Amino acid sequence: MAFSKKHILGLGELSAGEIETVLDTAESMKEISTRDMKKVPALKGVTVVNLFFEPSTRTRASFEIAEKRLSADVLNFSASQSSVVKGESLVDTARNFEAMGAGIMVVRHGMSGAPFVLARQIGASVINAGDGFHEHPSQALTDIFTIREKKGTIEGLDVLIVGDVLHSRVARSNVFGLRKLGARVRIAGPPTIVPGYFSRLGADIFHSLERALEGVDVVIMLRVQSERRTLEYFPSIREYSGLYGLTREKLALAAPDAIVMHPGPINRGVELTSEIADGPGAVILEQVANGIAVRMAMIYLVARGGD
Amino acid sequence: MGMLIRNGRVIDPSQSLDAVCDLRVKGERIEKISKRALRPAASDVVIDAGGKVVAPGLVDIHVHLREPGYEHKETIRTGSMSAAAGGFTSIVCMPNTDPVNDNASVTEYILLKARTEGTVNVFPIGAISRGEKGGELADIGEMCEAGCVGISDDGMPVTDSGLMRKAMEYVKPFGVPVVTHAEDTGLSAGGVMNEGLVSTELGLRGDPGASEEVMVGRDIILSELTGTPLHVCHVSTLGSVRLVREAKKRGARVTAEATPHHFTLTEEAVRGYNTNAKMNPPLRTRRDVDAVLEGLADGTIDVIATDHAPHSRDEKNVEFDLAPFGIVGLETALSLSLELVEKGILTLPEMIRKLTSVPAGVVNIERGTLAPGSVADIVVFDPGAERTVNPGEFLSKSSNTPFSGWNLRGVVSATVVSGETVFSRE
Repeated sequence: MAFSKKHILGLGELSAGEIETVLDTAESMKEISTRDMKKVPALKGVTVVNLFFEPSTRTRASFEIAEKRLSADVLNFSASQSSVVKGESLVDTARNFEAMGAGIMVVRHGMSGAPFVLARQIGASVINAGDGFHEHPSQALTDIFTIREKKGTIEGLDVLIVGDVLHSRVARSNVFGLRKLGARVRIAGPPTIVPGYFSRLGADIFHSLERALEGVDVVIMLRVQSERRTLEYFPSIREYSGLYGLTREKLALAAPDAIVMHPGPINRGVELTSEIADGPGAVILEQVANGIAVRMAMIYLVARGGD
Repeated sequence: MGMLIRNGRVIDPSQSLDAVCDLRVKGERIEKISKRALRPAASDVVIDAGGKVVAPGLVDIHVHLREPGYEHKETIRTGSMSAAAGGFTSIVCMPNTDPVNDNASVTEYILLKARTEGTVNVFPIGAISRGEKGGELADIGEMCEAGCVGISDDGMPVTDSGLMRKAMEYVKPFGVPVVTHAEDTGLSAGGVMNEGLVSTELGLRGDPGASEEVMVGRDIILSELTGTPLHVCHVSTLGSVRLVREAKKRGARVTAEATPHHFTLTEEAVRGYNTNAKMNPPLRTRRDVDAVLEGLADGTIDVIATDHAPHSRDEKNVEFDLAPFGIVGLETALSLSLELVEKGILTLPEMIRKLTSVPAGVVNIERGTLAPGSVADIVVFDPGAERTVNPGEFLSKSSNTPFSGWNLRGVVSATVVSGETVFSRE
């Protein structure tokens, strides 16, 4: 299936067919990473700017590796060392990089919708690398790719997302994408961070982790993001961990071949025990490896779609 | 010098008048309205209003003029020109300027500017608390003596119920209402749009309708405790409409307003992170809009007011979270209100009443009427004429509106203040 999108801003905006195109393309890209010479000339002469207005290590590193494997010229920009501190607006900052010839901008921003503001006003392709609480398409596509790799399909699976869904862009993107591909999605956590509105996005809501786990094929544990003032939403990490932390006993309620995912970085002993993180069902490091192939696919597709 | 407005459909709800009449102005005052043709004096300006409506100049009791302090957004001059273009002859300006209108010298500055540079009547509202900080009472008495027609901390809700109660008690001898921007900031908690399905999808912090309703409830209770008249700004939720309706049934001295954007748009307008759909209170759901419409129809909501809130293009062209709240409203309010007539929510005289005599009564100003002897503030408009909203043509300094490109009806052809034409079109 052809991919004609100029930007990838979120899974809310992609059709099921477009999501599958990204996943299929990522499979080919994954093969490249197994070669001795892990590089193809697909994006030779294309300048990609990683515009990071919010700190990130793994997402930025993953994008950078993906861009280099496609032979793009890569420029990294992070807000802390930029003119943003001098009061330059988001649009002006991006226009400067555009004037320098950037064809693709990978944008991470702490405020929801920022990549949408840019996509409307600049000529370059925009890839959303995470915006506020809104979407994190490259992470969700990586999660979905990994699930498809392990389970063969998405349709008909029961996928559970546990944690601070309210403030999670990973959760939103996964709900949008998994629902489009025909999975059933459950979300679990305390009511303060698992609001009822999510049921209208097609998710089934649980406040008991045990009940939510019954028979699920996939468990996605979200990070407790203390930097997002999540701690105002439940009494203590200890209480949260007791109620919603994943242990071997609780995981036994899931399907026998259930896989456990986490977008990282993990708080060991909070969201899940080390026993699970390092156990046979965990695919956390495979997610990290797959993330490069998925990001290569995203960049490759917008570079072609933007023609 | 005088003026003769001929053949118009004169609608003046203050005297239950709706008939084709001639209207003569002598000097600054209305002289006569007659169903028989009046003859102009030699020096009279003659306006042919055939096929048009002649009404009292519109009164907007919720406007942000931005001066002093934010002249890049609006000035008293441009704001009053914008008002005149929209058919408004009297505007009531909120105190959240810089410095805040919390003392008589700022009030006097605004009134001086309005006299020397304004084209319409400007009536200031003074702050409730010094600096709108919610700590101690502003110079309420001196401001009222200087000409303030109400007190409000609009935009910076009074969180301390004790302070609100004191303001209501203290203001009594000055005979002005307390005007409340009802918002419990603990509940709105930094929300940038209505809390609901759309905020969940967009990942934007939500402000639940309850943040407004809790404070509408509190302020009604305090108004009943103190006996001070309360005016509730920009009612946006079903629950607020209910609270006001029930309070009125009990005989509480409560009035309420709705803005054209709250009775026209829902939270759906925010999709795409449209900062021109970011306002406070936020656009709500269809259910809320329907409740506001019902409130307008049954009289629970007394007044249509714009909450005209100009912001520069650069200020709005940013991340949604960073954009300031508010839209300009003076030059679209009449057309959007006429939609209510088209939909059968209000009759044309009822609509005019909510834009003239009722708001004038809320702040006790002698405007909003064409009764002989009263000040000749008049609007002449063609209710059927079509227009496409073009913010580039606004006389306001700002053009932040979600209604750009909308096809609406209602074109102002003349606005008259104290017998002088301050705006005319064609």
